[in-house]
Amino acid sequence: MRLTYPTNVKIVKVPCTGRMDIIHMLKAFENGADGVYLAGCLEGECHFLRGNLRARKRVAQVQALLNECGIGGERVAMYNLSSAQGQRFAEIAREMTEKIRALGPNPIKKHGAERRAQSVKNGEQRAQCAE
Amino acid sequence: MSASNLERVLKSGSFAVTGECGPPRGADAEAIRKKGAHLKGYVDGVNVTDNQTSVVRMSSFASSLVLKEMGFDPIMQMVCRDRNRIAIQSDVLGAAALGINNLLCLSGDHQKFGDHPTAKNVYDIDSMQLIQTLKRLRDEGKFLGGEEVKGRPDMFIGCAENPFADPFEIRAMRLAKKAAAGAQFVQTQCIFNLDKFEKWMEMVRDLGVHEKIYILAGITPCKSIGMARYMKTSVPGMDVPDALIDRLKGVSKEKVSEEGIKIAVETIQRVRAIKGVAGVHLMAIEWEERVPEMVRAAGLYPRPQVN
Amino acid sequence: MIVANRKPFEEIVEMVKPYRKVLLLGCNECVTVCATGGSKEVAVLASELRLYREKEGQPIEITEHTLERNCDPEYVESLRPMVGNYEVVMSMACGCGIQFVGEHYRDMRVLPAVNTTFDGVAEEQGVWAERCLGCGNCILDKTLGICPVTRCAKSLFNGPCGGSTGGKCEVNKDTPCGWQLIVDRLKEMNLMEKYMEIQPLKDWSTSHGGGPRKRVREDLKL
Repeated sequence: MRLTYPTNVKIVKVPCTGRMDIIHMLKAFENGADGVYLAGCLEGECHFLRGNLRARKRVAQVQALLNECGIGGERVAMYNLSSAQGQRFAEIAREMTEKIRALGPNPIKKHGAERRAQSVKNGEQRAQCAE
Repeated sequence: MSASNLERVLKSGSFAVTGECGPPRGADAEAIRKKGAHLKGYVDGVNVTDNQTSVVRMSSFASSLVLKEMGFDPIMQMVCRDRNRIAIQSDVLGAAALGINNLLCLSGDHQKFGDHPTAKNVYDIDSMQLIQTLKRLRDEGKFLGGEEVKGRPDMFIGCAENPFADPFEIRAMRLAKKAAAGAQFVQTQCIFNLDKFEKWMEMVRDLGVHEKIYILAGITPCKSIGMARYMKTSVPGMDVPDALIDRLKGVSKEKVSEEGIKIAVETIQRVRAIKGVAGVHLMAIEWEERVPEMVRAAGLYPRPQVN
Repeated sequence: MIVANRKPFEEIVEMVKPYRKVLLLGCNECVTVCATGGSKEVAVLASELRLYREKEGQPIEITEHTLERNCDPEYVESLRPMVGNYEVVMSMACGCGIQFVGEHYRDMRVLPAVNTTFDGVAEEQGVWAERCLGCGNCILDKTLGICPVTRCAKSLFNGPCGGSTGGKCEVNKDTPCGWQLIVDRLKEMNLMEKYMEIQPLKDWSTSHGGGPRKRVREDLKL
């Protein structure tokens, strides 16, 4: 359709929004994302039947967790649209961008990018066990 | 001759009347005396509640003693929520030793309803087993552990039953069970739904239980529409028909409490006519001063002197 | 299985406040089944804590590690090579596991990230409910498979009490009345006459009240 949408939106393609789990959304914020949204099929039209319904519930859970840890649940959202709705896709991208811009950057960034990189590295450490 | 006045009255065939005094939320015995003063001469026995609705009040034991000193025949209520079998047996011996000879065995409202919802509850034994415990102490002279009791407690054993709780179909059976366990009198939850009460009494009579236990019908006068509504919606196991609330609404605001008394007196008269009902238990909570007029209006004054 | 709930975030934050290097332990058994402390939940809590602490300007290093079980010494021992690298251990295992790890690593504090609650079953996906409180003296044969100790809020043996309304317990309108369940079962099996049997006193000495319990199989000891 060659419609434009803001360049700050990074798209991660998945076969179904039901593939998204809570940790994926949280990791995005750990890696410095200012906002995350899921764009899934219209309810009732999920190719995998209920994947988008599960996604919605998980988004609600992530909102609660983000509120809990002080990042802010408004930074994550669930949208539903069909693959034919190009206009809507662009509209959502703009809407979410504006919303996040108004909220400001991810609060973890205020103490410097260096520190952020270090904590991401720490998060990826796994213990070596003598099993 | 029984040490319990209530027992003597019931055994004589007279229609019995019992009242109720809720102890104060402090260490002031005068509060109990004041309530008792209203009831003097109008009841055969008076219940003393035991931390009702799990709200801490002066103990039922102490309050019963205060009333005993005033010349009443106290009916000490005992719940299973706060005491284990050791404390229970101990309190029973103490009560009997001090001339408290009626004990009402109850499970007890759950602590979440009261002012100490974080407390641990006990429920070592249940009300059915409490009835059995009293019978064992009194008739066999044995503690639950099997040892001999030196000085058996003389107790008239009572219990409660709620004809309005679910499941309805076992409520008469449960009373039969309590009678078989040793309960000698029962006080019911307060009656507003007379049709249901009559149905329950029918089931009770079918089981022959009315001949095994003295049944006292619970009566509470409604002070206000708010009180009736509160009981309808917020008290578990209460059945308050809409017709009653409508009747209270049908009179002017100043006349509501009078209407409440009227309804209570009518209820007394109606239950008196039901076969198997041996008396009434008047629970005029925080309204003890109206008991005398209710007893008079129902034709139940003076109370019999049975020796 | 044992069911637990994660502690409120504020409580967890307060507990780890003095620390910068934490080992966050999970368990692959009960707490995984009730979605409280398995590897997924460990990952989520670790992520939340990093986000929070980063935001506060006091970053925290959290290593995520889930043991097969926390209640058998073989698994708990497997932590020995690494446990010394951390200032503290926080565990999402049940109370048994939290304590057991502490017993094995005497100079390590083990903080509880969960509140261990009850022994129960999965009534449906995402819903777990209490069934057994381990009284040590099972009478399920007498009550047709429904436990009055656990399913009745007052553990009545000759219930129901006068607060049972519409099949629900007076304590919580979402909780079925345990005795309603028993009566229904008696009806279902045509055994209503059993209701008239008075259940005898409970021997509570076999439950926790009798003292912390132990079971020993001499033939299994090495």
